[in-house]
Amino acid sequence: MSNHPKEAAKFVANDERMHWHDKALWFVREKRDLASKSLPEWEELRSMASQIKTHTMSKLDYYLEEFEKNATAKGITVHWAKDATEHNEIVYKLLNAKKVTKLVKSKSMLTEECHLNPYLETRGIEVIDTDLGERIVQLRNEPPSHIVLPAIHLKKSDVSDTFHEHLGTEKGNDDPTYLTRAARASLREDFLTAQAGLTGVNFAIAETGGVVVCTNEGNADMGASVPKLHIASMGLEKVVPRLKDLSVFTRLLARSATGQPITSYTSHFHAPIEGGEMHIIIVDNKRTPFLASKDYQQALNCIRCGACMNTCPVYRRSGGHSYGYVIPGPIGSTLGTFKDAAENKTLSFACTLCGSCTNVCPAKIDLDSQLYNHRQNLNELNLLGAKKTVSMRAAAWLMTHPTLFSLVGKIARTIVPMLPKAMIYNRFNVWGKTRDLPPMPKKSFKELYKEGVADEL
Amino acid sequence: MKIGLFIPCFMNELYPNVCMSTLKILKKLNLDVEYPLEQTCCGQPMANSGCAKDVEGLAKQFVENFKKYDYIVAPTGSCVTMVKDHYGAFFDDDPVYNKVKTSIYEICEFLHDVMKVEKFDVKFPHKVGLHNSCHAHRMLKLATPSELNIPYNSKLKNILSKVEGLELVDLKREDECCGFGGTFCVTEAELSTAMGRDRVNDHVTSGAEVMTGVDMSCLMHMDGLVNRENKPIKIMHITEILAGD
Amino acid sequence: MSSKNDILKAIKDNNLVKQTELPNWNDFGITFENKFEHFSTMLESVGGKALITNDLDNTIKELYPDEKVIVSNVENCSLGNFDENACDDPHELKDIDLCIVKGEFAVAENGAIWMKNADNRHRSLYFISQNIVIVISKSEILNNMHEAYEKISFEDKGFGTFISGPSKTADIEQSLVIGAHGPKSGYVIFTD
Repeated sequence: MSNHPKEAAKFVANDERMHWHDKALWFVREKRDLASKSLPEWEELRSMASQIKTHTMSKLDYYLEEFEKNATAKGITVHWAKDATEHNEIVYKLLNAKKVTKLVKSKSMLTEECHLNPYLETRGIEVIDTDLGERIVQLRNEPPSHIVLPAIHLKKSDVSDTFHEHLGTEKGNDDPTYLTRAARASLREDFLTAQAGLTGVNFAIAETGGVVVCTNEGNADMGASVPKLHIASMGLEKVVPRLKDLSVFTRLLARSATGQPITSYTSHFHAPIEGGEMHIIIVDNKRTPFLASKDYQQALNCIRCGACMNTCPVYRRSGGHSYGYVIPGPIGSTLGTFKDAAENKTLSFACTLCGSCTNVCPAKIDLDSQLYNHRQNLNELNLLGAKKTVSMRAAAWLMTHPTLFSLVGKIARTIVPMLPKAMIYNRFNVWGKTRDLPPMPKKSFKELYKEGVADEL
Repeated sequence: MKIGLFIPCFMNELYPNVCMSTLKILKKLNLDVEYPLEQTCCGQPMANSGCAKDVEGLAKQFVENFKKYDYIVAPTGSCVTMVKDHYGAFFDDDPVYNKVKTSIYEICEFLHDVMKVEKFDVKFPHKVGLHNSCHAHRMLKLATPSELNIPYNSKLKNILSKVEGLELVDLKREDECCGFGGTFCVTEAELSTAMGRDRVNDHVTSGAEVMTGVDMSCLMHMDGLVNRENKPIKIMHITEILAGD
Repeated sequence: MSSKNDILKAIKDNNLVKQTELPNWNDFGITFENKFEHFSTMLESVGGKALITNDLDNTIKELYPDEKVIVSNVENCSLGNFDENACDDPHELKDIDLCIVKGEFAVAENGAIWMKNADNRHRSLYFISQNIVIVISKSEILNNMHEAYEKISFEDKGFGTFISGPSKTADIEQSLVIGAHGPKSGYVIFTD
């Protein structure tokens, strides 16, 4: 079960690293701001994106069938997987049929969600994550901590140590160019010796039956264009109606994610390579229930840019791993809580409801409202814990009795100043660990008002 | 016009001086202000904890207490947001609630939009950092949030510019959250403290002698840190500055 | 019941998402007084560089004097010494130092070039080459992606990609490194 408060406390305890992580992500947020403010039509683009996605979700069955029809006409084989297990089984079957022993994989949060790597590895297939950040965390046996910047939590010295151990680079050489070149050489070998490549999907085009993959590194393209077998795994919410809709999303995606106007490569795959095969796997895995939810349906509109994570003051200071869910930050918290409330009950509280995430989301998802609503739903599911529900109900009751409430306040204000500091600042006083309590005034405003002090103003 | 003064529960108990400043500002404008004695709490702490359904009684009590006023004015952004954005669930398009919803204002919002105050008869020759409390900032739209690409305007800066001698400093992060977040301040105490500390440091390193804002909850949290860590900055609620206190 | 049917049924049963119109647009999106200048600025910000010249051979020889294995599918360039179209297997392209390739049109807002060339047998050419020069006509610069997508179609099969600069990554402590898995340097040459 994920436990954000506990993990966040650990992250925050390393003050230097926490601030370094926070600054690194804030810098990405600033770059996003520069990019978004360079386009006068930015807010309109966001509305268009929201509209396109909402329209698509309202007719999702239609668009998925269109997509399948058009993809099939282009010689692409389309598969449907109800859940993670079925997805993994389909991938394995395709690889096994071609006796694949090594698979190169570009970034796909969906395959993280399905735990594809361990599934294939236990069946004798080597999986190489080719995105540099993902390769680094793969070698370290950790999950990614950000959906776009998987290794953002690591310093170059960490990467240097990892590469020294696994790739034989010079000990202590932490120059990013040196390390990247080492990874380039190593992964180039993998691209040339793998028998299949698996990519994620940024957008699936219903009108044409193709899929779009955006990268800066060119790893998805190498993986999908050198080996003969290309498998593309997609969540069913990735489909967009028309080719021209991509003009809206390609203008929003990279700017929101990293502040670049576009990724180095925006590849539109509509066929396998000569003599090859292309397969697309459409995956549900608990996505369809969102469509039946008035409060959470917009979560399906996510284009996985990561902007919400970069702006979230909680994410920046607690790191992706503290969420304990495949996708962290605001979007991860709402997706995870909807899919499994009990497992992820701390996530909607890993938030101050500041609303910044909602403002940066290119698809205008109502993230902060979703997190607020999740808290109410947790209550309905009896997942809040008696301590909280009982005390809140008691407080609410007290508040509906003004005279009694005033009395309690007066008692507190009289007694607290009389208590020795050691008694007030005890281990039960969580506030008091790091903050002084506010000074207790002799009289409340209400008392002063009743005494007529206000009349002299 | 009759103004109902709405005072957040904890401010009534812990910050009566700020409440007095609020009242003083309104009275200086010769407004007919009344503080209904039966008010207690808007229910925000419960709602943010997931217990919104327990707030129904409080919501009905609030509307009952304040329905007779032309305007409801409060020295808070977050409690006003609670009434405007979250009480709707308890009233089925009730015209009485609808009227309350459209006539409730945070005090600076009221001074800026309704009273259109042109000057304040006070001097405050200090460098001031403005903390943009999240609810007031993004939900009540007291200023343009830094995330959006729309023309910039800040009602709070406009108001503060009318105080003689007051110099606003530029912060490194104009509108980052201070980490109070309601019960967040104790359920994720370490994170909350780290966020508050960073906010305070931003103000201090940007040269502010005073930090101000519209929400006492944020300020109370940061004041607690300032006092514990002896930071060279004074925290004042915006009404204390505007009232000349 | 197949998974496909199960999924489609799950979507149709109780889809609460409100019917919404698809937006449409005409003449939408940022435009530039000097499209080449903006394109050039954008391309340089991502590690590439834009040049204007008709003398392809000499310009490219100057930029890449040491590159040995060169592929060219561009008319006015004679530097090509390796016929990638004659290769049956994309693995045979692994030693290409430089590819000089034809682009379809440029997009000023982001320094990208649309590459979709049915005559190019192996799409991996654009990625497996160590360096890349894209040659494009000066008259083919568009303002923004909305204009770009008006000119793209996939009625035929195939592959198309927007390329903006050489490959890159900032995955190691956010330090930008030009040259990840695709080409480690890139130029765009505009000709008449």
